[in-house]
Amino acid sequence: MYQYSDFDDAFVRERVAQFRAQVDRRIDGGLTEDEFKPLRLMNGLYLQLHAYMLRVAIPYGTLNSGQMRQFAMIAERWDKGYGHFTTRQNIQFNWPRLADTPDILDALADVEMHAIQTSGNTIRNVTADHFAGAAADEIADPRPVAELIRQWSTDHPEFQFLPRKFKIAVTGSPNDRAVTRAHDIGLRMIRNDAGEAGFEVIVGGGLGRTPMIGKVIREFLPRTDLLPYLEAIVSVYNALGRRDNKYKARIKITVAENGLDEFQARVDTRFRQLRSHFGGADQAMLARIERSFAPPAFRSAPLGRFETVRETDPAFRSWTDTNLAEHKAAGYAIVTVSLKAHGATPGDATSSQMRALADLAERYGHDELRISHEQNVILPHVHKSDLPEIHAILSEHGLATANVGLISDIIACPGMDYCALATARSIPIAQEIAQRFDELKLEHGIGELKIKISGCINACGHHHVGHIGILGLDRAGVENYQITLGGDGTETAAIGERAGPGFPAEEIVPAIERLVHAYLDLRSSRKENFLQTYRRLGIGPFKAALYPERVDANAA
Amino acid sequence: MTRHRHSSKVVTASSLLEGDTVWLTADDRWTRNMSEAELLEDEAVAEDRLLFAISQPDIVVGAYLADAASSKNGPIPVHVRETLRTKGPTNYVHGKQQQEQPVALARYFEEA
Repeated sequence: MYQYSDFDDAFVRERVAQFRAQVDRRIDGGLTEDEFKPLRLMNGLYLQLHAYMLRVAIPYGTLNSGQMRQFAMIAERWDKGYGHFTTRQNIQFNWPRLADTPDILDALADVEMHAIQTSGNTIRNVTADHFAGAAADEIADPRPVAELIRQWSTDHPEFQFLPRKFKIAVTGSPNDRAVTRAHDIGLRMIRNDAGEAGFEVIVGGGLGRTPMIGKVIREFLPRTDLLPYLEAIVSVYNALGRRDNKYKARIKITVAENGLDEFQARVDTRFRQLRSHFGGADQAMLARIERSFAPPAFRSAPLGRFETVRETDPAFRSWTDTNLAEHKAAGYAIVTVSLKAHGATPGDATSSQMRALADLAERYGHDELRISHEQNVILPHVHKSDLPEIHAILSEHGLATANVGLISDIIACPGMDYCALATARSIPIAQEIAQRFDELKLEHGIGELKIKISGCINACGHHHVGHIGILGLDRAGVENYQITLGGDGTETAAIGERAGPGFPAEEIVPAIERLVHAYLDLRSSRKENFLQTYRRLGIGPFKAALYPERVDANAA
Repeated sequence: MTRHRHSSKVVTASSLLEGDTVWLTADDRWTRNMSEAELLEDEAVAEDRLLFAISQPDIVVGAYLADAASSKNGPIPVHVRETLRTKGPTNYVHGKQQQEQPVALARYFEEA
């Protein structure tokens, strides 16, 4: 993992000291709220429905056991004993008091973490494939590049007041687990015909009120050109992006209004100006960063009790069927620890769960943890012989739910239970769907199915790219939920199609049940997942299942 | 729709130090219990009370007028968002409901 240099450490601590003085001045009346608000947002501090909320970046989703333990300590000491992992690889604390936030930021600085640029119209936390450095299908670990981008974008003087927030995601694998096509800039590592590694650069993707799949602006960008090219894109956006209308300010609108060709031409011009300025300093930095991401020393060992426990323990077998992914090293597996126990709040972990995960990472996982955009925790490097013991420890902490990729592995934003922008609650809908399908004992039979729930049009819950998306809206003071179908956040990205009129809260779970039963009736075999059936048959039969009264009315 | 009819309001905001939800009372205090809030039937009076709230930036943040109805126990919320603000989230017994008698989630909205 990357370790802070003296420069990084001094920079982060100085920011905390500045923020401490700003908080003091706000409390003693020296700063008005209008003056203070941009300062607190620069440091990740929001004011939500019931309390302040502090959003802490987990750069490219990677952390070690010490950092996870520090989250546990912060949650216990200054919050209510839990934290919420988000869809952008951040952690949010929902209940800090204003006067305590500088102390929290100091505690984060102690473990090389911060909340800088987790809000505001800046380049946000750079996200990456949560299996980075471990996945069998990977060209290269994307994290050194993500760290380079983090250093370049943090406090970048030109990009502190962009027209709107700016999100970058990077993946090192052809199978896109980082939703790169729904980001302002998505970077996908590829090889050209000569076998050299580079990036496919995608621009102008995004969800929110105007969902768009990103467009390829550069089919193959050599690795050495990355920073000047990124700087060119953001610089053109900074000059061209609209500041007159918040809803038209994201780069996706800039690209759509100006046309990709015009935008691309401007980026190319700027890139030619900028390229020489970098003079190789970025590449020297990247080389240094790469050394700190050297793979751990994988051991070659027999699989031990792995197979025999799989034969004898159905719970272990089921968990290994759903929660493991293929590792690049023989005998190893990537473990996804579900934070979606049936009925639990998606993405929440208590302090004791965080400590259990930290202990497991330290003992069995080369001291590495990841947070996925799907709000789960990953142990990226685990030898299969250790899995029975890991599973037993996870079970003791309510962390052994065997549901990764299934219907109860739901992404949900905090929604109106916490968020000041939300128009409806998300969490209770996720809880009810998970509990209902657990009762029906159907979820393993249903197979892969991604439900994603957002509590407002801003789409933090990625509902547009859910196989089934649920969007909570406000209809005259009452919650109402719209369903979209056929969304996809992977390399075959697609925006879901709206199925029809929304449902009141008490009707949404039965509606999802009708959809799922329709799928079970329609699928050609157990191997055809929901999205494949949807793509084969289109929205028609699913609409009919959602709105049976309309079909009856037409027939009559 | 009620667009042209003025509905009753309360002045509400977040406290500066905790971010906790507060309401303005008739005797110019900030209360953490909505039932003690001043119910404002007259639009001009409501606007005037809001200006009074905004003039206290050292105590509260983000003051606004929220729709409310009267009940025998004082003002009550009419919008689900405001109901959540009077009690706290529905996934945990945290926030205001934590200090009160814990309520079963099924009864959460009935007791609003």
